[in-house]
Order: sequence, then structure tokens, then C-alpha cells
Amino acid sequence: MKKILKALLALALAISMVLSLSGCGGEKRTQLKVYNWGDYIDQSILEEFEEKYNIDVIYDEFATNEEMYAKIKAGASDYDILIPSDYTIKRMIDEDMLHKIDMNNVPNYKYIGERFKNLAFDPNNEYSVPYMWGTVGILYNKTMVKEPVDSWKVLWDDKYSKQILMLDSLRDSIGITLKMLGYSLNTKNDNELNEAKDALIKQKPLVLAYVGDEVKDKMIGGEAALAVVWSGDAVYMKRENPDLEYVIPKEGSNIWFDSIVIPKTSQHKKEAELFINFLCEPEIAYRNADYIGYSTPHTEAMKMLPEDITSDKSAYPGEGDLVNSEVFEDLADSLVKYDRIWTEVKAQ
Amino acid sequence: MVKTALKRIYTFLIFLFLYAPIIVLIVFSFNESKSRAHWTGFTFKWYVEMFKDQQIMTSLYYTVTIALAASVIATILGTIAAIGIHYMKKLPRTIMTNLTYLPVLNPDIVTGISLMLLFILVKFPRGFFSMLLAHITFNLPYVILSVMPKLKQLDNHLYDAALDLGATPGYAFRKVILPQIAPGIFTGFLLAMTMSIDDFVISFFTTGPGVSNLAITIYSMARKGVSPKINAVLSILFAGVILMLLIINNRMSRDNGRKENAV
Amino acid sequence: MKKHLMAYPYALWILIFIIVPLALILFYSVFSIDAEGIHFTLEHFRRVFEPIYLAVFFRSIKIAAISTAICLILGYPMAMILASKNLSKKSLLVVLFVIPMWMNFLARTYAWMTLLEKNGLIATIMEFFGVELPSLLYTENTVILGMVYNFLPFMVLPIYSVLVKIDKAVLEAAEDLGATPIIVFRRVIFPLSLPGVSSGIIMVFMPALTTFVISRLLGGAHFTLIGNLIEQQFLTTMDWGFGSALSVVLMLMIMVSMGVAMRYEKENEGGGLW
Repeated sequence: MKKILKALLALALAISMVLSLSGCGGEKRTQLKVYNWGDYIDQSILEEFEEKYNIDVIYDEFATNEEMYAKIKAGASDYDILIPSDYTIKRMIDEDMLHKIDMNNVPNYKYIGERFKNLAFDPNNEYSVPYMWGTVGILYNKTMVKEPVDSWKVLWDDKYSKQILMLDSLRDSIGITLKMLGYSLNTKNDNELNEAKDALIKQKPLVLAYVGDEVKDKMIGGEAALAVVWSGDAVYMKRENPDLEYVIPKEGSNIWFDSIVIPKTSQHKKEAELFINFLCEPEIAYRNADYIGYSTPHTEAMKMLPEDITSDKSAYPGEGDLVNSEVFEDLADSLVKYDRIWTEVKAQ
Repeated sequence: MVKTALKRIYTFLIFLFLYAPIIVLIVFSFNESKSRAHWTGFTFKWYVEMFKDQQIMTSLYYTVTIALAASVIATILGTIAAIGIHYMKKLPRTIMTNLTYLPVLNPDIVTGISLMLLFILVKFPRGFFSMLLAHITFNLPYVILSVMPKLKQLDNHLYDAALDLGATPGYAFRKVILPQIAPGIFTGFLLAMTMSIDDFVISFFTTGPGVSNLAITIYSMARKGVSPKINAVLSILFAGVILMLLIINNRMSRDNGRKENAV
Repeated sequence: MKKHLMAYPYALWILIFIIVPLALILFYSVFSIDAEGIHFTLEHFRRVFEPIYLAVFFRSIKIAAISTAICLILGYPMAMILASKNLSKKSLLVVLFVIPMWMNFLARTYAWMTLLEKNGLIATIMEFFGVELPSLLYTENTVILGMVYNFLPFMVLPIYSVLVKIDKAVLEAAEDLGATPIIVFRRVIFPLSLPGVSSGIIMVFMPALTTFVISRLLGGAHFTLIGNLIEQQFLTTMDWGFGSALSVVLMLMIMVSMGVAMRYEKENEGGGLW
């Protein structure tokens, strides 16, 4: 036993030494550090980029905007490319954490659909290039919900007690409650927020669970009748279980964006812009959208996707469907209020 | 007779409890669809995709390397520390023991963020070594907590007897104390490996670009959906560990057999 | 050589990797940093004692205590059984006991969902026998189940390592003196195993108190526990001051309660908090 331990130790030390030495081998090629969500890129694209431009791509993944933000804010690492969500981008812009992108170096930006430009969090298109987008809506099982679903209020219906799945995400859940009540999901108004809190507390006994990704398997498996989900997941779920249908309620909802940004910690701005441009090449954008399965803002890529996907309102709603929908804004100091509400709701 | 039967049943039930989810995990690594709950058919495709997935393969490599290195180092340092603490006077011992508990007491997020801030403060580069140091830090208390009870159980007279019989302190230590606390060292090592192999939060905040472990890769898939590729890599990890276990066990029983024959 | 000197390298380690980060947390808990600069404040601590947060504390302590107790009740016999096997099988079984914990926590918890949900494996099997089960998932008991599942090895292993070397001669002497097995256990085995038991309790109770993934996934995020709350502060709200204050109060609560518990243990010289 001791011999084996000694052998393991020697091995471990040897590996550590080799690793540290390989790091000091001197700069071979330029390195581009990318930080993205998990399973959110077609990896063959990275390999192609490396070959075409002779740049090494170091690719890391994060699980939530907040964790990524905490690391970047603290200065933990010098990533060149980040792909955060809308409200985080707004916060980073406000805190001067991002470089302005020189759009002259990203000519392929022209392929991004007009309605995805000049978004609330980046009105002059200076800091971000959209990557994927989608909506939040209600996914319901047609065999369990016999009436037409067109309003958030159905999630407060006693009939569906313990058949409802809500998102375990403060902004999403409080946001849709505000929408149900007819308010903006970015409101800072105390009265409106209190109404939302009361509504959520009233709803709690009806909620089966506040979930994250596991909602997919649950709805496919018929564990619940109604769920609040993201559109990208809705497309997948509908495919796996044809009894499911997705709808954006008439009160309006949230449109979300994950966009590419360049943090100020980046040492390779030119290469980063090159990468963004590469991602916006029609063929590349199409392959990426095809792999990820979420909705792409790239017009040419859309044309290359199969007809049955691009005509699916769940994935690609028209402008008319999104009339009352909003993008998340950074709440700044009011975030504390939302956090309090969420804690109070959960502490029941 | 009844007692043995009861013991066997109890052991079986507990192990069933522990392994039920693992079996489910492995079974679903062969599932045709991405679902973790509905079986639609048998396939090897997830294993194929897993081997092609750069992220997963690199993460697996770092997971095993860091877990092994951190556990071994923590076991050695922890054992030495535990012995040292055991022989201290009451007050310093109490202080040291209490301080040792702090990483266990703190939520992962607090340990992770505070270590990250520490590394940034002293400009220690974030990467493989910062993650290693962080792992050693949270492994140490578990080793110490495992070895200390054995030290308390120690019969000091044996050590003194050995010295009286002419052994040098080093020899007496190696041949008398160490074997007596060996079960503690062994369980400490196991617990350290357990903590390291599956750590997400602390690893996430203390690592640098290009160095990810399996837990980070898996948690970051949570938003999109944990693919059965993960079931596949975990099944491979499981199979690998069981295999190593059988090999070691085989060698050990052969050694024991030889010892018995020699006697 | 003076044996206690062996601890000094570790003392240095503690200084760097435990005390400094702790100092950072204490700093954040009593200072508030904003546009005007850094000022001392007790506001974070005051907030901790609001009823809504205290409720979260107590619920967490309750669940962690129940989970620890169950781990002890289930784990002690298991440790005894493991300690009594012949040599080679013993170590093998112990390692086998721990290996499930090496499989990713998230994946294992998802597997539990597969087992426990309405149309899950257990329900399907029970249906076959015509038994209808109440909801197994998303209750407080599910969270306790998850905790026991994840922390059982941390209770079993320390107890096992202590039981394994209880001097057989002492046990035989007790029996010779006329003690029944029950008395042998109560008066000899159990007291001798206490150092292992207290290690086990520490290694289970504390992580149980601060974990957040179990309550999120198996509890359906219905119950906010102190771990969820702290995580929320550090990440979502970015209110590190409040998060740090919560952590500090948690640490103090634990140290005080364990200190009180340790007072009742005579055998325990310096084995635990206080």
C-alpha cells in the first residue's frame, strides 16, 4: 500500500512539473481566450478558426452570468471573448469593463438582422454582437391543459395545483409575474414589486418546483402540465414530445440575448475581433446555430436552416408576437429589492 | 447465524442505497435519446461523441491529475500536521484545531471567492497551480480530522517501550506510530480524493484559462442540458476506478498470501 | 525531535490560506464599499437578524441536524460491520463505499430525480405491485434524503477507522467480567469510538448546513437554506457585505453550539471546537 502511495505521489509530482514546464516553453502562437456557456458552440468551428488564422484558442466554460461576472470583475483572468447575457452586458458597460468593438474589423456584422441591432443594453452597437437569442414563454402539455393558453394567469390557476413548474431564477420569475400584472419587468417601483411579491407568495402552494435545466426531462416525461421555459429549450422539448406546445402570453414576455463582447482585460483585441467576424460568416453561423439549436440573429444562417425550424413560431416569432416583450435591463441598486422578494417568497 | 445474515442484509441495503443512482447513471449513458428519464433504445453513440469532445477529455485529465496530486500532498502534510497538533499543549492545540475546521464550516462559495481574492492580491497566476493549492487547502482539514482520532487512540506506552528497547525516535515513529494511525491516513486520503474529484465552486473560482475540471464542465452544461456524454465519461471514470481497485486489491491479497506462507 | 514542531509548517499554511481569506470575509462584513469610499458599518449584521433571515437559519440548522442524526444512526452500524471484516475485504469495501461520491454530484442528483419523480423508476416499480406512492420528490424529506446520501461516507469512514483498532483485549476483558454485548457496546466500544464519532458529526453537520445544490434540485428550490442565501448574495445580488456577514454569523453560531456540546464530553480533550 505504501509503495503504491509513493508511486502515485511521484507520478503526481512528475505530471505537475511537466505541466509547469510546458507552460514556459515560450510563445508559440498567439492565444485567444474564450469564455462561453457550457455546450454552447460547435467545437469544430474552434478547430477551423485555429487552422485558418494560426491562433490557439483556449476555450473555457461558465455556468451562470453571475459567476462569470464575479471572476471578471475581480480580475481573475484575462479572457479575450465573453458571451454573457443582456443584463450582464449592460452592467459591464456601465462599469466600464468592456472594449468598444471596432466594427470595421467585423464586416460580417452586416448579416445580423436589423431588429437585433440597437438593443436596449447596447443602443449604439458599440460593445456587443448578438450570438443567440430567444424568448421566455409557457410550455404546456396539450393532454393535461384542455383550454387555450394565452396568458400568464394560467400559472396562478388552482386547477393546476402542483402541476406548475416555475424557473428558479429571480429575474425570470419576478419578471413574468410583473408582466402578468401589467407592469414592466424592469420596474423599480416599490408598489409594483410588492404586488409581484404577494402574487408569487400566493402562487407558491401551486408550484411543483422551481427548476433549472431539469425542466426539459420533466415536461417531456409528463411530470407537470405547465412550465415557464426558454424558447430554445421549448423547440427541443416539442420535438421530443409532440403533446407539448409553446406560447408567448399576450401580456408580453422577456426577449433574451447572449452576445459576444470583448472585456478590457483582453490582450488581443485584434484577434478577438477576428474571431467575432469569423463567427459571423454565414457558413459558420449556420453550423453553430444548427448545433446549438437556439435561435440565431444571423440572416444568412437563418436562410440555411431547415424550413420547419425557421417557420416555427416558438423558435422564430415574428415582430408582431413580441409587441409587449422586453429585454432585461440592469437593475443596479434595485436588485437588492428583487433579491429580498425572492428570499421572502422562498422562505415561506 | 442470524447476526451474520442481518449484517449481510444491512450492508446490501446500504450499498444498494449508495449505488442506485450510479446504476441509473450508467444505464442511461447507453440511452438513445438525451433524456435522463426515458429509455428509447440502446446505443454507444454517446461514448463515441465523448471521446471526440475536447472539452470533456481535457477536463477528465485535469480532474484526475489534480485530485491525485492534491490528495497525496494533503495526506502527507495533513498527517504531519495532525501529529504535530496532537503533541501540542492544550491552548495552541485548541486554536489550531478550531482554525482547521474553518474551511469545512464555510460554504464553498465563500472559500472559493476568498481564495480567488487572495491569489489576485498576491498576484499568484491563476491556473493549474492555484487550483491545486485551493484543493490542498480544503482537503487538509479532512485528512487531519481523520488522523486525529487515531492519534487519540494511540497507546503512548508502546512508543516509549520501543524507545526503551533501543529504537531511534525515527524508527519507533515509522514502525510503531505510523502503522497504528494508518487506517486514519487511509480514510483521510479517501476523503480528500472524494472532495477533490467532484469540486465545482472552489475550482471554478481558483482556476485559470485552459484548466477546467469535470465538475466545471458538467455544471456549465446545466443551462443547456447535461448531455449523456457526461453519463458516458462518468461511467468510464467509474469503470477505471473499479478496475484499479481490483488490481490493487489483487496485488495486496497476493502480498498477504505470501506473508502468511512465509510465517 | 520535539514532535509538536511538526505542526508549524501547517500553521504557516493556515495563516496564508485560512486566516487571510477569513480576514477578507470579516473585512467585507463590517465595511461597506461604495462610490464615496470605505466606511465601517454594522448594517450587514443588523440585516442578518431580521426575522426572515433567522427563519432561514433555523430551517437550515433543523434539516442539517436531522440529516446528521440519520447519518449517525445508519452509519454507525455500517462502520461496525465494516470494521469487523477480515483484512483484505475491509479496505476494499471501504473504498467501494466511497466511490459513488466520485461520480459528479449534479449527475447523481439528476439520477435521484429519475428514481423519485412521479413517473420515475421507483413509482413505476411500485405501480407494478399496485402500490401508489405519495410525492417523493420536492419535499423537505427529499432534501434530507439527498443530504444523508451525500454525507453518509463522511460519517462512516472516521468511525470505521477508529473502531478498526479497538484493542480486542479490552473487549475480551469486559466479557470475562460478565458484561453482556449491549453493555460492552455502551460502556466500552461506544465511548472509545467517540473521537471518530465527533469527527464524523463535524464532517457531516457543517457541509449539510452550507450546501445549496441539494435543496435547489431535490427540494425544487422550495426551501431557501442558508447556503442558497449566501450564494445568492455573493453572485446574484453582488452584496458581498451581507453575504460575508451571513457567513460570519453562521461560523459563530456553529462554534458556539459545538463548544456547548463539547463541554459535556469528558473524554474529549481538544478534539473539537473549544
